[in-house]
Amino acid sequence: MFNLKLPILLLTLAIPSAGFAQSAEEKGLEIATAARAYDKGFTDFTANMVMTLKNKSGQTSTRLIRIRTLEVEGDGDKSLSIFDEPADVKGTKMLTYSHGLEPDDQWLYLPALKKVKRISSRNKSGPFMGSTYAFEDLGSQEVEKYTYKYLRDEPCGEMNCYVIERYPAYKFSGYTRQVAWIDTEGYRLVKAEFYDRKKSLLKTLQASDFKQYLGHYWRPGTMDMVNHQTGKSTLLEWQDYAFKTGLTERDFRSQALKRIQ
Amino acid sequence: MRSSFVCFGLLMLSANLQAEFSGNVALETQSFSESAQFDGQLDNNVTLSFKPRWDGEWNEGDDLWSLELFLRADNKDAGRQHADIREALWLHVTGDSEWRLGINTMFWGVTESQHLVDVINQIDQVEGIDGEDKLGQPMLHLQRYQDWGVVDVLLLPGFRERTFQQQEGRLRTPLVVDTDQAQYASSREDSHIDYALRFSQTYGDLDLGLSWFKGTSRDPVLLAAFDDAGNPVLTPFYEQMTQLGVDAQLIYQDWIWRLELIRREAESNDYNAYTAGFEYTFYGIMESAVDLGMLLEYSADDRPAGEAGAFDNDVFLGGRFAFNDAQSSEILAGFVIDTDNRSRTFRVEGNRRFGASWKGTLELQTFTNVDADDVLAVFEKDDFVQLEMAYYF
Repeated sequence: MFNLKLPILLLTLAIPSAGFAQSAEEKGLEIATAARAYDKGFTDFTANMVMTLKNKSGQTSTRLIRIRTLEVEGDGDKSLSIFDEPADVKGTKMLTYSHGLEPDDQWLYLPALKKVKRISSRNKSGPFMGSTYAFEDLGSQEVEKYTYKYLRDEPCGEMNCYVIERYPAYKFSGYTRQVAWIDTEGYRLVKAEFYDRKKSLLKTLQASDFKQYLGHYWRPGTMDMVNHQTGKSTLLEWQDYAFKTGLTERDFRSQALKRIQ
Repeated sequence: MRSSFVCFGLLMLSANLQAEFSGNVALETQSFSESAQFDGQLDNNVTLSFKPRWDGEWNEGDDLWSLELFLRADNKDAGRQHADIREALWLHVTGDSEWRLGINTMFWGVTESQHLVDVINQIDQVEGIDGEDKLGQPMLHLQRYQDWGVVDVLLLPGFRERTFQQQEGRLRTPLVVDTDQAQYASSREDSHIDYALRFSQTYGDLDLGLSWFKGTSRDPVLLAAFDDAGNPVLTPFYEQMTQLGVDAQLIYQDWIWRLELIRREAESNDYNAYTAGFEYTFYGIMESAVDLGMLLEYSADDRPAGEAGAFDNDVFLGGRFAFNDAQSSEILAGFVIDTDNRSRTFRVEGNRRFGASWKGTLELQTFTNVDADDVLAVFEKDDFVQLEMAYYF
């Protein structure tokens, strides 16, 4: 969960233009592969997330979630979400071992029962905590989870962006395709559009307030996801990002979920 | 208990710790739809509970402490008015070992309809008959991580007696249980030191647990006796027992298969029991965000009729709706049907959040077609509706 690779998901290469006839699909895949490679080596990070849900009539509700993510060699990342608000879910923790096309391993710690419960993660399209983010929007973004197609370059705000499409390769996605705007300098995901199973525009994600960490890794300060069909939106504000904090496998054990604070 | 509480307070102070404070206050109303079966039982009640919790850590998280209390105030039902230390724990982490010393509440097992493997903590039965409210257990607990699995070794000094409804309480036996007259098979009575071991490991989509317990049974045998005033009562008798347990859960596509199996050996009975079943989830039903999980579990117990528990040959059939909305609304509804005598109990529990800090829970339980010989016969007139509003902080 919350291994926000989205912002730096895609990265272009200096593609030798002469002598190669590269298809749009090949270029899309090459970008995604390079983007994943670019984000390698972050080792681990922690961050606090303020999630503000807004419904059609403007009523808001807030969640506070602490995120810890560990990079895993040769597999998807391990990620822990610790819920601080709303108060009735305080102490709830969700642990995810993400994998490529295989379903993730996922556990919940339920403080009221003091029970660690293994849960099914096969359904990716369900809403996370009642928000406009689906689980699949927030999961680890492995290259093999999608097939790709490069569309064009175009300006995006003060930046220049590559525009590419990606199509979920895993089962049970809520989307038929996504369109992503990636800036050409820092490989930031500036904007994304999500098309539902009926191929209609469902949601738009807009990310801003980017900061660079360790002189390399870009992360957004805010991400706003608007659902055009329900009129609901969810704003994520990321705070206190820290990289290479010394987290180890020991901090991501299902049996240790109860004690982790 | 009071002195251990004071010691714990001193430990906290000496470490000069900052505490994270959380918990809830809840107002609960219960209403029973039928006239009581036994003398003195009330028809409705309003009670207040308070569950504060403090968490802290030092040594960069290698040492942690926690304190969780539970108190219920009830001016009509003396049996439900009680206080308990659910947790008062010092936890020390060294490499691949975790040491816990103090009072703790833990949960073992996977099945939904009953909890056979979960024998470390005594049940706080006045809080509910589902066995999910438990009393804090004093323990020294070592949890050791190995490449091949996790091993738990528990030393359990100090036995906790089960709580029972008193005269005014519903959902009780015809004769009141006199807990002042509790008896023990062990000459050390409630000071017998119990032991438990557990191994658990994840193999891909399979989670497996093996457990062993030796000591005072948390489930008393109820014996006929008289109280000080010469009234007939029941008295709890706590035997010594050995229990071996297996719990397993397998996730396969949209199915979750669950099994709990025990072998228990005690003076009164040696027996085997199990609960096995599945949960199948329909995601996003009718193009909504709502998930529906269908639950089916079967329980068997090979003790002779009359000695077995409530789940001797019973089917649990239930549905769990998760609305996945901003209020985290959920409904769990289900039947337990005894396949021998068709006795049925139906239970529905729904909850949702109100605003940022409130949560409302509605529970309804009915007992229908109850056979006179079934364990549930004493609850036959105890259909109830319960509404709880809790404020979380």
